Amino acid sequence: MELVCPAGNLPSLKAAVDNGADAVYVGFKDDTNARHFAGLNFTGRTFEKAVRYAQDKGRKVFVAINTFPQPNGFERWKSAVDQAADYGVNALILADMGVMDYARERWPDLRLHLSVQASVTSAEGIRFYHENFGIKRVVLPRVLSVRQVAHTITESPVPVEVFGFGSLCVMVEGRCLLSSYATGRSPNTYGACSPASHVRWEETGDGTDTRLNGVLIDHYGPGEKAGYPTLCKGRFQVGDNTFYALEEPTSLNTLSILPELKKIGVSAIKVEGRQRSPAYVAQVTSVMRAAIDQCMQDPDGYQPEDQWMRKLADVSEGSQTTLGAYHRPWQ
Amino acid sequence: MLDTMKLSIGPIQYFWDRQRVLDFYQRVADSAVDIVYLGEVICSKRRLITAEDWVSIGTELRQSGKEVILSTLTLLEAASETAALKKLCKNESFMVEANDISAVQLLSTRGKSFVTGPSFNIYNGRSLKLLAAKGLKRWVLPVELGLETLRDLQAQRPEGVETEVFALGRLPLAYSARCYTARSHNLPKDDCQFKCIDYPDGRILETREDQEFLILNGTQTQSALTHQALTQLPELAALGVDVLRISPQRSGTLRIIDIFDSARNNQDSETLYEELLELLPHGVCNGYLVEQAGMDNGVQQAT
Repeated sequence: MELVCPAGNLPSLKAAVDNGADAVYVGFKDDTNARHFAGLNFTGRTFEKAVRYAQDKGRKVFVAINTFPQPNGFERWKSAVDQAADYGVNALILADMGVMDYARERWPDLRLHLSVQASVTSAEGIRFYHENFGIKRVVLPRVLSVRQVAHTITESPVPVEVFGFGSLCVMVEGRCLLSSYATGRSPNTYGACSPASHVRWEETGDGTDTRLNGVLIDHYGPGEKAGYPTLCKGRFQVGDNTFYALEEPTSLNTLSILPELKKIGVSAIKVEGRQRSPAYVAQVTSVMRAAIDQCMQDPDGYQPEDQWMRKLADVSEGSQTTLGAYHRPWQ
Repeated sequence: MLDTMKLSIGPIQYFWDRQRVLDFYQRVADSAVDIVYLGEVICSKRRLITAEDWVSIGTELRQSGKEVILSTLTLLEAASETAALKKLCKNESFMVEANDISAVQLLSTRGKSFVTGPSFNIYNGRSLKLLAAKGLKRWVLPVELGLETLRDLQAQRPEGVETEVFALGRLPLAYSARCYTARSHNLPKDDCQFKCIDYPDGRILETREDQEFLILNGTQTQSALTHQALTQLPELAALGVDVLRISPQRSGTLRIIDIFDSARNNQDSETLYEELLELLPHGVCNGYLVEQAGMDNGVQQAT
């Protein structure tokens, strides 16, 4: 199982490589990728350095170009594809079929992976992208149970990558418009969910309100730690209850099911978090490296170590983790 | 030019009891609607209407002169869902609305024409062209795209492909493995007790300051506000839009069809808009059409 880690800048990329990532995925500094945040991502010379640093150490670099261009911006996505190809990256991670069509035509030898943002959850869907664009790998959305992932792998024409750790999208990726409903900007159109430009933290008489474009996402009492107002992780009222109606602030953590993922034939484990710090990347990469190594050597005797779990909880949203949809009762 | 636009009724998003569904389509048969999309698009556990029932409802609607399309499940997870999808895509009676790429694959490899639904991602002309070569006959503009983008897409639209716009209804915003209606009753999906049948318009989610924000509809999340394009009909017609979609709600849908029908026949739009507002349960929005946040009420009344 290949370990694929995130990097939003050069120090993060080095942290990923130095701590044992087999591949690092990155994006360019614009809306062509789904982590379009201020101060993040790569341009020209740094990008070249990043590719060289990883490849010199025998690691791969994947470039995420995984948002959906509209006609007036399509050229930008073509440039992103060309730039990645020019620098000799190992694969592109694409979501939009128009971009795939361009990449396939212009760079027929370039390896393409299907991004989670393509929102493909069945082997039939994977076959469409395999037959039409020759994709070599698919990243599955975080909506399938382990059994459903296993079934998809047996039917899929290409190897399957799944998410192993990081912030959890609870909606199927690539078809979630909650953010653009509230702010006008979605992962698909803009490359960001619940964008910082629309976030407001307000001290009130009795604590803190967090708002997204004016909409109250959560209220925290005095002494309660306020979290970032990601739309699907706020507290809302349904009926007589006020609760995390969609999902709690929590991160996905698959350490406890790594042997199962290996057994069903998962080819690569992805860590979420290009927007996170180099320290996060170092911490998560080293834990996942150790866990995967142990799982590969002795899947039957594998047990996640307490210190791994602690280290991952430290960098998780709300300091808690979940198996998400992999675990049926979560659904 | 307004009157050349066709009206469609989208698939019922909610879980209605059998009789409500049958009554609804009986009334749709006598309405001004031109196209009817049928089928369960949200949750495969909702089986009060079977695949065979949909075909017989469709057959009757066709006899009333309606064009009938069968719609597919939007988010596929279980192998049994793919099996049902394969069966649906093999049907010889009706064209199919693909709500996910799996359906496109199954239909195009069998040489069948198809429609793509509102949650199917077509954001650029290159995608449109590619799908047209695969058999795309009509596409629904993704709901988060506005009229500016629509203008560009219409300019690149391949010959023989019709454009449909989601013109009235609570917006389909997201799909999940988790059932939020069940969760709101503290139940897991596998023991959901079909709670969603108690919410024929979905269950309202409010912010902690009582703003009506979202609708929980099983595994789907919708906008609480109803998106409306009634005020934009002249622009949509000028852009060459072929079909306007109305998404069913618990009550008033037939009256809404009448309002859109009157509007396309050039009746006074201001009065019609006032009438429409009274039929919508949680207020109105249309920000997406004017490249704003979807919940904004971008243009209230065309001048």
